[in-house]
Amino acid sequence: MYYLKLIFKNVFRAKLRTALTVTGLVVAIVAFGLLQTVVDAWFAGANSASSARLVTRNAISLVFSMPTYYRERMRSIDGVKTVSYSQWFGGIYKEPSNFFPQFAVDHNNYFDLYPEFLIKPDELLAFKRDRQGAIVGRKLADQFGWKVGDVIPIRGTIFSGNWQFTIRAIFDGRDETTLTRQFFMHWDYINESVKKRFPRRGDQIGVFNILINDPSRAADISKAIDAEFRNSLAETLTETEKAFQLGFVAQSEAIVVAIRVVSFVVIFIIMAVVANTMAMTARERIAEYATLKVLGFSPGYVAALIFGEAMVLAFFGAGIGILLTFPMASGFANSPAGAAFASFAVSASTVWLQVACAVAVGVIAALVPGWRSARVKIVDGLRHVG
Amino acid sequence: MSDTLVEIKNLAKSYTRGDQDVPVLRDITLNIDRGDFISLMGPSGSGKSTLLNLIAGIDKPTGGMLRIDGEDISKLSEGELADWRASNIGFIFQFYNLMPVLTAYENVELPLLLTNLSRSERRERIEMTLNMVGLSDRMNHYPNELSGGQQQRVAIARAIVTDPTILVCDEPTGDLDKQSASDVLNMLKELNNTLGKTIIMVTHDAHAAEAAKRIVHLEKGELLDEGM
Repeated sequence: MYYLKLIFKNVFRAKLRTALTVTGLVVAIVAFGLLQTVVDAWFAGANSASSARLVTRNAISLVFSMPTYYRERMRSIDGVKTVSYSQWFGGIYKEPSNFFPQFAVDHNNYFDLYPEFLIKPDELLAFKRDRQGAIVGRKLADQFGWKVGDVIPIRGTIFSGNWQFTIRAIFDGRDETTLTRQFFMHWDYINESVKKRFPRRGDQIGVFNILINDPSRAADISKAIDAEFRNSLAETLTETEKAFQLGFVAQSEAIVVAIRVVSFVVIFIIMAVVANTMAMTARERIAEYATLKVLGFSPGYVAALIFGEAMVLAFFGAGIGILLTFPMASGFANSPAGAAFASFAVSASTVWLQVACAVAVGVIAALVPGWRSARVKIVDGLRHVG
Repeated sequence: MSDTLVEIKNLAKSYTRGDQDVPVLRDITLNIDRGDFISLMGPSGSGKSTLLNLIAGIDKPTGGMLRIDGEDISKLSEGELADWRASNIGFIFQFYNLMPVLTAYENVELPLLLTNLSRSERRERIEMTLNMVGLSDRMNHYPNELSGGQQQRVAIARAIVTDPTILVCDEPTGDLDKQSASDVLNMLKELNNTLGKTIIMVTHDAHAAEAAKRIVHLEKGELLDEGM
C-alpha cells in the first residue's frame, strides 16, 4: 500500500513532465490502435468469408468477364449446390469520396448464398419484384441517412450513364464480422442497358458465386469447375471466397506491411521517450534512493519503485489511449476517408496489442534506470545531495 | 566497567582509482562505549565521513576489524547489512534527506515499514516521536513547508523512531542557522542523556563538537588524538 502511495506521489511530482509523457503515450497508443485497425479492415472481407462458398473468375484477370451461360454447366458439377453471380458496378454517389462497394447481382438467388445478411422476407420480395430496386447494408444506410423507398442516383463509371435505384431493403449483419456497407442492384437491369448500347458486352459477368455442399471438398470442386472451362474462350480460376478476398489484400501487401511497421515504429519512439523520462527521473532521485537504502530498503525495492512508476505512466497513457481509440476509429469510419473500408471496428486483438505495447513500454523504459539505481553505491548516491 | 559497543581495530579503507589504491583510512583503532556521544572532527578529506559510513554499515572496510555490539559487520552481505542497518542504525544527514513527496508523518513512518508493527502501532510510535522533537503540530506538512531546523527534527524523528542502537550524524548542523543548530544539538544531547543513545557525530564545527562527551580528531586518514 505504502509502495503504491510512494509510486503515485512520485509519478505526479513533476506534473508537466508527466503530462507531456502521458500525452505522448496517448498519441502513440491511439495511432497504433488506428493503424492496426486499418490493417484489420483490410482483412475484414477475408475474415468474414465463408468456407462453403467459392468464387470463379476469368483466369486471365478479374478485369475480364465470363459468359453468364457458364452457370448452367457449373450447376451440373458434382458438389455444387447453388450458382449465382455478381458484377462490380463501381459507380459514384454524388462525390467520388462517397465510395462504397456496389455489386450488380442475380436477384433471384444471390442472397440465398449469404445467410449472414439478415433481410426481412417482405423487403427481399419487394427487391426481387423491382428491377430498379436495391438492397443496402445497415451501416451504409446509416452513413447517408437512407431509408426504404429512397431513390439513390448513381453515376456509372464502368457502366456509363446516370442510374437510379430505389432502396427496397436494408439488411443487418448476423454478427460484427458481417460487412454491411455494400449496395446491391439487379444485374438484369444493368445487363439490359448494356446489351442495348454495347451488344458484345451483354450477358457477361465478373464473378460466379458458388455454394458447395461440402466445404472440405472445396479444392476438388474448384479443380472440376476450372477443368470444365479449360480451352474455352474464357478459362476460369476458382478459389475459396477467402482466398479470393486475400488475393485483393495481396495486391496491396506492401502497404499493409508498411502500415504494420509504422505502427510498431510509433511504439518504439514512445518507448525511447518514456525510457528517457525514467532515466532523468532516476538520475534526479539518486540521493533519495540512496537514503532509502540507508534506512534498510533493499536494492530490489528501489528498482521496484522505478519499475512501478514506469508501469503507472505506461498504463495511464495506454488506458486513456485505448479509451480514445474507439471514438477516434468511429469518427474515422464515418469520415469520407473511412468510407473506403467496408468495416472499420477496433478488434479485441488490437486492444490486447495496445495493452501488450503498454507493458513493453513500461518494462523496457524501467530496465536500465531501475538496474542502475539498484546498483548505485549508497555513498555515491548520497554525494548527490547539496 | 566499560560496555564497548563499537570495536575498531587496525581499520583501513582505500579506493581504487585506475591502477592505484588511494588510502582513505589507515590503521584506525577506536572503541566507543554504549551510551557514548562522540564527535569526529578533522579537515576535509581526513576520512571522518568514511569512518562514519563504515560504522553505519553503508560502506565496507578494506582491512582491519569492525565489530558492533559483538557482530563483525564487515563480514555481512549487502542484504544482511541492509537488515542490520534497519534495526541498529539511525542516520541523520546534513541535508536532512527527507522524501519531498511524503509528509513529516510519512517520512518518519518509512523505517517502520521494515518492521512487523501494525498500522496502529506505527501511528502510536510516530506520534510519540514527533511529539518528542516538538513537531506534533506539523505531522501533515511536507518538507518544503518546514524550515531547515524543523526538517532536521523530522530527520531526527525518523532516525530514532525504530529505537536504534546507534545514532550516526553526518554534519547534522551544517545546513542550519545558529539557533536551529543549537536546538538540534540540545536534542541530541537529550537523546544521549535521557534515552542513553550512543551517538557518533561528524562535524567541522568546534562549537557543535563540544556537545559530545568525546572528540576524536582525524587527519589524512589517521586518528590523531582524543580531546575532552
